[in-house]
Amino acid sequence: MNALYALIMVLALVIIPLLGAGAAGWHALFGVVLPYLAFTVFVLGFLYRVVKWGRSPVPFKIPTTGGQQESLPWIRQNRIDSPSTKTGTVIRMILEVLLFRSLFRNTRVRLFKDETQLSYGSSKFLWLGALAFHVSFFVILARHMRFFTEPVPALFNWIETLDGIMQVGVPVLFATEIVILLALAYLFLRRVLVPQLRYISLPTDYFALFLLFAIVISGILMRYFVRADIVDIKTLTMGLIQLQPEVPESIGALFYTHLFLVCSLLVYFPWSKLMHLGGVFLSPTRNMPNDNRMRRHVNPWNYPVKLHTYEEWEDEYRDKMKEAGIPVEKE
Amino acid sequence: MYDAGKILIGLVIFLLLLTFPFWYSLGQASYESPELQLPEDSQECIRDTEWMRKNHMQLLDDWRDTVVREGKSVYTGSEGKQYDMSLQKTCMDCHTSKKKFCDRCHNSASVEPYCWDCHVAPEEVANGQQ
Repeated sequence: MNALYALIMVLALVIIPLLGAGAAGWHALFGVVLPYLAFTVFVLGFLYRVVKWGRSPVPFKIPTTGGQQESLPWIRQNRIDSPSTKTGTVIRMILEVLLFRSLFRNTRVRLFKDETQLSYGSSKFLWLGALAFHVSFFVILARHMRFFTEPVPALFNWIETLDGIMQVGVPVLFATEIVILLALAYLFLRRVLVPQLRYISLPTDYFALFLLFAIVISGILMRYFVRADIVDIKTLTMGLIQLQPEVPESIGALFYTHLFLVCSLLVYFPWSKLMHLGGVFLSPTRNMPNDNRMRRHVNPWNYPVKLHTYEEWEDEYRDKMKEAGIPVEKE
Repeated sequence: MYDAGKILIGLVIFLLLLTFPFWYSLGQASYESPELQLPEDSQECIRDTEWMRKNHMQLLDDWRDTVVREGKSVYTGSEGKQYDMSLQKTCMDCHTSKKKFCDRCHNSASVEPYCWDCHVAPEEVANGQQ
C-alpha cells in the first residue's frame, strides 16, 4: 500500500506538467517560474536544515566504534574505524562520504538448520547498489552541466566521453543510464521483496525512488526515443542561468515533464530523508573521535545550576540544629 | 551554533558548487543560439528542418548500418525523392563546411560525434584546414 501511495503521488507529478505545459501550454510557468522557485526553495531549505542541525547540541559523545579503540600501547588500535585523533576521524569521514564504509560493514542475520542456528554473514549488495546509484547520479549531474555552461569546461566533456566510451549507437549510450536504472530497481525490489524491509518502508521511502525513476526514464526517453532538440533546450537553460529567461516555442511536453520532476525533487529534497547529503557530514556517530576516556565531553546545554551546598545549608540552620541536638560539622 | 566555523565553511563550499553555472557565466556575453550557415544553392533537405534537428544522428547511424551491413544505399526522402545514403556525397554536398554547419551546434551542446574519425569535411580539406 505504501508503495502504491508513492506511485500515485509520482504519477500525479507526471500528469501536472503534461497538462500544464503540454495541453495548456504554460511554457513560461514550467520553464522559468517553477525552476527558479524550486532552486530557491532547495537552497534556503538546505541552509535552514543544516543550520538547525548545527544549533542542536550533542549532549553525549557517541561515535560508533567499528574496531579496537585506543588502549594500552601493546594493543593495536583500529585507527580508522575507531579513531581517537582528528586525522583518523577525517579519514573515516572521507571513506564514509565517498565509499559508504558503514554500509560496506552491513551484515545479514540468517537462521539455518531448521531455524535452530543463527548466523551473521557479510552482505555487500546494499553497499554495491547504493554506491552504483550515487556514483551514476553524480556523473549524470556532471554531464548535465553542459546545458548550464558556455563554453563547457573540459572536465565535463571528459566525464561525458568516459561515460559513453563504449560508443553504442547514436546518440551514444551512457553507461550510467543503465547502471542507475539497475541500481534503482535493486533498491526498490529489496524494499518490496524482503519482508522485514517492506514492513518498515514508508511512502516517503518509495516516493524518492519512484521520483528518481521518473526523472531517469523521462531523460532517457528524451535522449533516445522521443527526441528533444537540445539546442533549444540549451537556449532555455542558459537563459535561466544568465537571468535573461527565454522560452523557445519548439520545446515539447516531455522536456517540461523532466524539468518539473527535477523541480519536484529540488523542492522535496530539504524536507526529506534525502537531506543525508548534508546530514552525513553532521552525524555525531561518525564525525566525533572515539576519545571518551581521554577528553571530557561537556554537554553544551548543561544549565548553570544554582547550587546550595550542605555547608551553606548548615550555616543557615546551625542554631536550630544545635537546639534540636542534631550533630553539625562546623561548630 | 556549535562548530559554526566548520559548518559554515562546508556550507560555503556547497553553495559555491551549487551556484557554479551562475558565477561561471558572469562577465560572459549572453548566450546566443548557434547560427548555421545554410547552403546557397539548394533549398530543401531530405527531410524537414524540425525532423532533421532532432533525428539526424539516428538517420546517419541507420544509413551507416544499411550501407555497410546490408549493401543498400538508396534513401527515399519524405517527398519521394531518392538520395544516395552517404554523409559525404549527399549531406556534405550541400552543407560543405563542417566548421560552419555541424560544429556550430555540436560545440554549443558539447557533442563530439565520432563521424570525423573516418570521414573528411569537404570544405576544410579543400582549404587545407584538415
